Amino acid sequence: MIYKISDNIISSLGFSSEEVYQKVKSGISLGKLHAGVFPGVEPFYSSLLNWEAVNQETVKLFSDGMKYTPFEKIAILSASKAIESAKIDPSSSSVLFVLSTTKGNIGLLEENGGYEEERIHLWRSAQLIGRFFKNPNEVLVVSNACISGVSAQLLAIESMQLKGYDYAVVVGADVLSKFVISGFQSFKALSNERCKPFDAERRGLNLGEAAATIVFHRGEPSQGDVVFRGGGNRNDANHISGPSRTGEGLYNAIQNAVKEVDLSKLAFINAHGTATPYNDDMESWAIERSGLSNVPVNSLKGYFGHTLGAAGILECIISAHALADNTLLGTMGHDTFGVAKNITINKETKTCCNLMFLKIISGFGGSNAAICFEKLG
Amino acid sequence: MEKKYIHSVVRITNNQLMHNGELLLTRSAEDSSWPVEMYRGLHLQYPKFFKMDNLCKVGFLAAELAMKDVGVSPETEKPDFSVLLLNSTSSLDNDISYQQTIADETNYFPSPAVFVYTLANIVTGEIAIRHKIKGETSFYIQEKFSPATLSDVAELGFMPHKGIREMLIGWVDFLEDKCDVLLFRISVNPENSISEWTDEEVSRWYEAGVQKK
Repeated sequence: MIYKISDNIISSLGFSSEEVYQKVKSGISLGKLHAGVFPGVEPFYSSLLNWEAVNQETVKLFSDGMKYTPFEKIAILSASKAIESAKIDPSSSSVLFVLSTTKGNIGLLEENGGYEEERIHLWRSAQLIGRFFKNPNEVLVVSNACISGVSAQLLAIESMQLKGYDYAVVVGADVLSKFVISGFQSFKALSNERCKPFDAERRGLNLGEAAATIVFHRGEPSQGDVVFRGGGNRNDANHISGPSRTGEGLYNAIQNAVKEVDLSKLAFINAHGTATPYNDDMESWAIERSGLSNVPVNSLKGYFGHTLGAAGILECIISAHALADNTLLGTMGHDTFGVAKNITINKETKTCCNLMFLKIISGFGGSNAAICFEKLG
Repeated sequence: MEKKYIHSVVRITNNQLMHNGELLLTRSAEDSSWPVEMYRGLHLQYPKFFKMDNLCKVGFLAAELAMKDVGVSPETEKPDFSVLLLNSTSSLDNDISYQQTIADETNYFPSPAVFVYTLANIVTGEIAIRHKIKGETSFYIQEKFSPATLSDVAELGFMPHKGIREMLIGWVDFLEDKCDVLLFRISVNPENSISEWTDEEVSRWYEAGVQKK
């Protein structure tokens, strides 16, 4: 079986999964309206990283004289914390690294910062992350827009199943830049206040910065471990920047993920819940079509914003911690139900006692993914 | 490990377009728009082509040829079909175009039509839309073309629980007029195939497009 042996989150809420999870449980978010961070860009509501603290933490790590970009710093910081608590040797060839990101070092197009030309390439950052840990395997980058974080977990897990790796370190990270924010603003996709997932008044998404890492192990799990149960990736074949109205691809991805799963054990569905009008409606269609209308659904975007390449990993980590803690997290920002299909949005954090969660996620390019985990009782 | 078979292979370099080993088009001039020239040369009718970025254009063109003899129309839904692509430069060609729209504060005009193509996996989406492909779509990035990685990705794509029978798989790279595409249509069905899928075959088709002096 493949199960999670450790994890880490570097986010606005802290630099360890446990700290971040506890803050989410207490209903804390540090999202706010930012003006003047990137010259020329209109103000935007976001959860940004505390870069001073990141630099303080990472200065201890980097004794190799290599200069790392902010994106690489948080990816390495997150991976090294997760690896440390997993107590594995990252230089072993039985450890696979996978990197999930949408835009990597794209900020270097604006301000090159003295980095070599090839630093703009995603593979170069992946290579440097692998080298930092002296890992001999090539580090593949998964670039599947918003679903990258779940795609990367599936790539890692399937590679373990097929190629026999003992461990996989799945790292996701993205930092915000003028490039990314101006683009989402041009789409009129951003809300200027805290996003409102599945709400009648939802006006768009918030962006956030984070890095997140899960270390998976192929072996015999013990009681309490969170085990991989299934995954799926399906395309809508409908539109490059909008989801299928009826959730076609996401429904198909869910069906693939839950094929061998006992759905009566499902504690909750952690949705993408970006708070854009189309995404949340589409998810309600896919959930209803899957016969899961009565399963509690939450979205974590109100706490972190959409953390792009980190999102699928970060949200699985928080969900796994909630499962372990017998907790059903609330949907910050949600007030009045307002999506197309009658699903069960969980508004407030409360206790719960079931064993599985399903993570769903969709994005540009018509991509959809689903992944299912179970806590061994 | 289930055997896989190559049914169609398309190779596009800076100046040549080949399908199943046959040279179809040669670029007329160094300064022509090579993707548009190929579109015209193949006599295609798909107006959406012109709004695509170069990466999507060359991926779309390769897929048109690779799907030519698939036996069903583009409108037929293909639930057990995947599109799995890799490259080195992601969407950098279009990222540079987008950056130009925001670089100058006095001439700031970020466009959603350009921004949407700043993600490498959009090409998998364009191909999926055109051919109603509803299986898995994924885009991976690595430094250099590697037959071994491509074989691993194909292997993962056909894992039994996914229920996938056929896929478009390959390398689609475009940056500043440098075009490097190798796209296969492969299947678990040997009927009417060109050859079995092996690392050696993949290398051979890639090298077939390397210019010999």
